[in-house]
Amino acid sequence: MKKILILFSHPKFEKSRANTVLVKHIRNKEGVTFHDLYERYPDFHIDVDAEKEILNQHDVIIWHHPLYWYSCPPLMKQWIDMVLEFGWAYGPEGKALQSKTCLNVITTGGSREVYCSEGTNSFTVNQFLRPFEQTANLCGMTYYPPFAVMGTHNLSNEDLILHAKQYGDLIDLLQNELVVTDFKGCAFLNDIPELKPA
Amino acid sequence: MTGSILFEAIVFLAGAIICVSIAKRLGLSSVIGYLFAGVLIGPYVLGFIGQEGEDILHFAEFGVVVMLFLIGLEIEPKNFWNMRKTIVGMGGIQVAGTILLSYLLFTFLGFDWKVSLVISMAVALSSTAIALQTIKEKGLMNTTFGNSSFSILLFQDIIVIFMLGALPLLSNSDESALAENTSENGNLLESLPMGFQTLAIILSVVFIIIAGKYLIVPMLRKVAKTGVRELLIAAALLIVFSISFLMEYVGLSPALGAFLGGVVLSNSEFKHELESTLEPFKNLLLGLFFMAVGASINFIVIAKSPLTIGGILIAIIALKGLVLFITAQIFKLKLDQKLLLTFSLAQIGEFAFVLLSFAFGLNILEQEQMDMMLVITALSMSLTPILSMINERIILPRIGTKESVKRPMDHIAKSQKIILVGFGHFGSTIGRFLRSHGVEATILDHDSNRVDFLRKMGFEVYYGDATRIDLLESAGIAEAKIVICATNKISVSKAISKIIKDKYPHVELMIRTKNRYDAYELLNLGNENIYRESLETSLTLAKDVLSKMGFRKYTLNRQIQNFIKYDEKSLRRLATEAKRDENYIFKAKKELEQQEKFLNEDFKRGIVAYDNHWDSEQIRRALEKNKVE
Repeated sequence: MKKILILFSHPKFEKSRANTVLVKHIRNKEGVTFHDLYERYPDFHIDVDAEKEILNQHDVIIWHHPLYWYSCPPLMKQWIDMVLEFGWAYGPEGKALQSKTCLNVITTGGSREVYCSEGTNSFTVNQFLRPFEQTANLCGMTYYPPFAVMGTHNLSNEDLILHAKQYGDLIDLLQNELVVTDFKGCAFLNDIPELKPA
Repeated sequence: MTGSILFEAIVFLAGAIICVSIAKRLGLSSVIGYLFAGVLIGPYVLGFIGQEGEDILHFAEFGVVVMLFLIGLEIEPKNFWNMRKTIVGMGGIQVAGTILLSYLLFTFLGFDWKVSLVISMAVALSSTAIALQTIKEKGLMNTTFGNSSFSILLFQDIIVIFMLGALPLLSNSDESALAENTSENGNLLESLPMGFQTLAIILSVVFIIIAGKYLIVPMLRKVAKTGVRELLIAAALLIVFSISFLMEYVGLSPALGAFLGGVVLSNSEFKHELESTLEPFKNLLLGLFFMAVGASINFIVIAKSPLTIGGILIAIIALKGLVLFITAQIFKLKLDQKLLLTFSLAQIGEFAFVLLSFAFGLNILEQEQMDMMLVITALSMSLTPILSMINERIILPRIGTKESVKRPMDHIAKSQKIILVGFGHFGSTIGRFLRSHGVEATILDHDSNRVDFLRKMGFEVYYGDATRIDLLESAGIAEAKIVICATNKISVSKAISKIIKDKYPHVELMIRTKNRYDAYELLNLGNENIYRESLETSLTLAKDVLSKMGFRKYTLNRQIQNFIKYDEKSLRRLATEAKRDENYIFKAKKELEQQEKFLNEDFKRGIVAYDNHWDSEQIRRALEKNKVE
């Protein structure tokens, strides 16, 4: 069974309706390490060695965060800047993360419809996530399409629970060595046939 | 006119006050003022002081002794060791070069080789008193020029022992004449054969080193514990007197002994206390010394052969200057530094008086030769401040290369002086953190037990009452960038704040305070950097309580910052209110009123509720409103 690491970044988790529900469904799952970055490093002083050790112990790395201004919250960027060191995560000697799997789990206020060339956000979520995709690539990880809970402002609590269950199912699949082969045809992990639609 | 000690004292003091203040007003060095005062009150102008001028000169030489003790205090053995190359190199070249040129000059003038040699040795020595006093007055001690001057002078102070030791070898007379003529009285060395003399010298040096560690420092600790300030002054004087006496007894230069004593004590916690205690004595005695030099200028001797004396004087200054310039050239000083060095050390120093009269006592010199050289020495000393002035006002502005102020960043820790007052739990934490960044603050503390303990732990801590301006000055407040007041005694902080506001406005003061009421007082004195010890710690504790209750850490962190920002603002607002009714009687009542005010304001402000960042609630409400419409 693959070991899952969820790097969760939310500067105000206690006020996030969507993430409260999502996290509730996965944080205590067996074989899952839920790593709450804002709670662990409220002063942004990241313990790089401890983070590397945690990464070493897992097979699937999930960046779970709200999409703020088309990117991640600042502590997560800080985490990437500090932990993914040259000679460890990338570079000729940097092979620590190779053959691991990596993906973003995101929540967005805007719905799927506004994230396209005709919509108000002009670009797709996949396009906005390119920096993360390339980060994973450079570190030799397999980058999966994102699992996204979108249009959260308009989702009812019941809707959110359905999404949360799907998130839980996705974790199960990842633990049982889900392999996504068709990257081109798959924009979101939410849509893969192995998952029941939310 | 003379006779009464009181009258003499009045003459000297009045002369000093009038002439030095005039000199200072004209922008001249105080040394010129003193010298001129000496000439004025001396036997040839006003005649207030007659033959006793010589005795006063001997007495005032004690000023030089105190000064060398103080210089010794400033040189830790470690630094002394680091400077060894400059001391031996520059000093050696200067002394050897000057002796050589001067020897050639005097043999050329037809003097006997022994006389020439003795005079040349005297000529090679510069005046520590004049040069260092001027350098310190101008605040140039930390420049290349200051360091070089100091090294050369130090080398001279050391070499003078050997010169004094070598003089008897040049003596023409037999042992009995020697004993009769020697100016020193009760000199132990004369009764001993040569080997024992050396042994006695070595023994006394060793004695000073050991006594410094195991006798003087413990004594000072005991004295410090009594808390009686004048006892420390007495102790400081006792140390200098005793060392001088011992040195004179074995026939060494008291000044050198004092210097050695100073170096031994420079590592002790009493360094700054001794410095500030002896400083006024040194200054007065040096003043007296300069006046005595002025008064001792024998105008009759000058009148007899003005041309010879003038010629030799100019030749000596020129050849000394030349050697100094070459020395500076070899050690690659910049041009302006070279010139400063050349002009400030080109005189013959006070050691010449000792050396020449000793040589006279040994029958090497004749009366006439000694008189002439004494006059030349006094004149050359009097000319130094004038020459320096010409250099600074006329020559240097034309060259216009000032020492570059820019320093590389890695020197940041060393180049900026920090003074830390109070080394209790609060101050020591500051000290430790600064030290971890290579910043060695000069630490002042008034608890001699703690000072002792901390010194054992390897900290540079000094004992003393930091509200005394002289102690702050000897700790180097004039060059300091920041003074940290880590004591919780408001009276101390206020006193230091006042000193800095009055005299050293360029120094930044950072103050720890016990509570907001002390903070009010300090704010109202115009201090901006106030650190309340009760603020951050209590909020950190409160933060951890809330975190254990389930509040998110990052949110709490942000709220703490908000709270501090708000509280600092209200502190400044309330400080002005506190100023308005400084005389309130019901202080306790007032404090309760304020607490109530704070609690109400916190409630009204509702700090937590107003933090809307990353909260999508508003967006959601706006969206719903849109839907309804």
